[in-house]
Amino acid sequence: MLIEFFLCLRKHGLKTSLTELLDLLGALERGVVFGNVDDFYTLARLVLVKDESQYDRFDRAFAEYFEGVEQVDLASTIPADWLERSLQRQLSDEDKAKLQSLDGLDELLKTFRERLAEQQKRHAGGNKWIGTGGTSPFGAYGYHPEGIRIGQDGSNARRAVKVWDKREFRDLDGDAELANRNLQLALRKLRKFARTGAADELDLNATIRATSQKAGLLDLQWQPERHNAVKVLLLFDVGGSMDDYIYECEQLFSAARNEFKHLEFFYFHNCVYEHVWKDNNRRYDEKLPLLELINRYGRDYKLIFVGDATMGPYEIAYPGGSVEHWNEEPGAVWMQRLLHHFTDAVWLNPQPTSHWRYYQSIDLMQQLMSQRMYPLTLDGISTAITTLLKKSVATAAPSPSNS
Amino acid sequence: MSFKSTESYIVADDLGLAVNAAVTLEKPLLLKGEPGTGKTRLAEELAASLGVPLIRWQIKSTTKAQQGLYEYDAVSRLRDSQLGSDKVHDIANYIKPGKLWQAFTADERPVLLIDEIDKADIEFPNDLLHELDQMEFHVYETGEQVRAEHRPIVIITSNNEKELPDAFLRRCFFHYIKFPDADTLAQIVQVHYPDIRKDLLSTALEVFFDLRQVPSLKKKPSTSELIDWLKLLLAEDIKPAELAKSNGLMPMFGALLKNEQDVQLVEKLAFMSRRQSS
Repeated sequence: MLIEFFLCLRKHGLKTSLTELLDLLGALERGVVFGNVDDFYTLARLVLVKDESQYDRFDRAFAEYFEGVEQVDLASTIPADWLERSLQRQLSDEDKAKLQSLDGLDELLKTFRERLAEQQKRHAGGNKWIGTGGTSPFGAYGYHPEGIRIGQDGSNARRAVKVWDKREFRDLDGDAELANRNLQLALRKLRKFARTGAADELDLNATIRATSQKAGLLDLQWQPERHNAVKVLLLFDVGGSMDDYIYECEQLFSAARNEFKHLEFFYFHNCVYEHVWKDNNRRYDEKLPLLELINRYGRDYKLIFVGDATMGPYEIAYPGGSVEHWNEEPGAVWMQRLLHHFTDAVWLNPQPTSHWRYYQSIDLMQQLMSQRMYPLTLDGISTAITTLLKKSVATAAPSPSNS
Repeated sequence: MSFKSTESYIVADDLGLAVNAAVTLEKPLLLKGEPGTGKTRLAEELAASLGVPLIRWQIKSTTKAQQGLYEYDAVSRLRDSQLGSDKVHDIANYIKPGKLWQAFTADERPVLLIDEIDKADIEFPNDLLHELDQMEFHVYETGEQVRAEHRPIVIITSNNEKELPDAFLRRCFFHYIKFPDADTLAQIVQVHYPDIRKDLLSTALEVFFDLRQVPSLKKKPSTSELIDWLKLLLAEDIKPAELAKSNGLMPMFGALLKNEQDVQLVEKLAFMSRRQSS
């Protein structure tokens, strides 16, 4: 009973276990709810889901099982195997030029719906149907100047007019499983123990001393537990060219989250400007002014940038160089302000070191960071941490010009 | 049994069902939700409506799981032995039962509230797995086995400051208390202030929900703040018209906004909207 429902939940990625299914059946047998889908829904959610962030998934699974697909977005209506990365077509520039654009987005969407209704089978390659790797305006991993991208991990040619799978700025998943514990062990070097908080640990030496001073009458001495007191501020570059390194970043983030009690993180895009943000879904309305960041977190925070520093040099050097908004002051000034405040800072770059010299922007960033940029590898992290632990690099950053 | 709204407490339907299911199946009920949505209050009301005692275990960052079972006061035993007291021969004199022990040995089936479990150390929930599942534990010092005669109704609250371990979650029912909608909120207010004027209430609710819409507030006002605010409005006898026309900071804003940055933000927004309208 309810086995299919259970499997449907698992299919949607809910980590429901057999114990919970049995609990649900037990509740039904005891007659907690009877003959009412709404009540059953509440009960099933109560027993099977253990986190409010999973409620949405549960809702979709429930809808699928009980009412069929009632309302889902276009991207998930299309069977996944249509979109498998099977035929990645290589197009020459001539081919690309040959492709003609359809008029406007509305036209495109209309045609898309019509095609979707017409088409019943999986399709790959051609130039009309929805599928993967072709030159039709619809589908993934293909090339068409005004194409719609569906269900694809990151942009291929980065040119789709509308991205259905809005995943380019997805939040980094702190729970990503670590492929190797080494990363965490490397971070572990960045430790500074201090005794803070409530005194609840027996201080044996002091107790013995105090007791002997009182001629054997017991006098207990307490001390606070040891904690890792190092404070870390992580700034992640997200989106665009960073899509290729999302796995490495997730690993680092997950390791850092487990290791540091005082860990703060923010996101930026390409270069740091006036604002950083914490939630990629609401990055336009909930952003934190960089000056506030500087005021809020003290100098004792270790600042770690994670980014590929691959961008147009003007994004660093000129006002208005940002690809997303008009910035009054160049990114370099904001970088200097940060580095002036946070004297212990490093930059971790997921790009292989051998590629660095081909990008002018990396060179610029290296200068700003006073050569404290390291590759995002185990060795790189170890070196970076050694740098962070070194005292007095205070003079490294030139003071920012206040324009 | 069925747990319903009382004269002084409004229970949403799904929450009522959650409580009933947890009571029937004798599973701990884990409650999450924004601060001020009445998580702790629920346990009090449940105990009152069943007419059973409420045993409350308030968790702090220094609380250890063992403290909920019992504590062995070795220090006073040692001291007693130095002073030559007779008590010292029976170790049971130095075992102090904790909240769980009290709940297990209560005469009738009590409600046990484990409040703010997320404040404790990350291992805390894991240390209670067996005790909450089997409702029994062993006292090493005396060799005694403490077993629950009546399985207590366990209500656990969390403010989501820490993730709880999977193994622990598997043993609980979970309910997330949504922020109440305008109708439920009006009911709640009616329960607290039966003679509040209708127009004042609706204007106040409007202002309140508008305020919750303001993005990037550090702390969104919740039900308990709304109720405090209404109390002040009533005490000061503020007219609904006055409330509606003050398009700047609302009167008595201190009850709603608990953070000076939030106050500044709302002030700024009000200033901008005044400038636009003039």
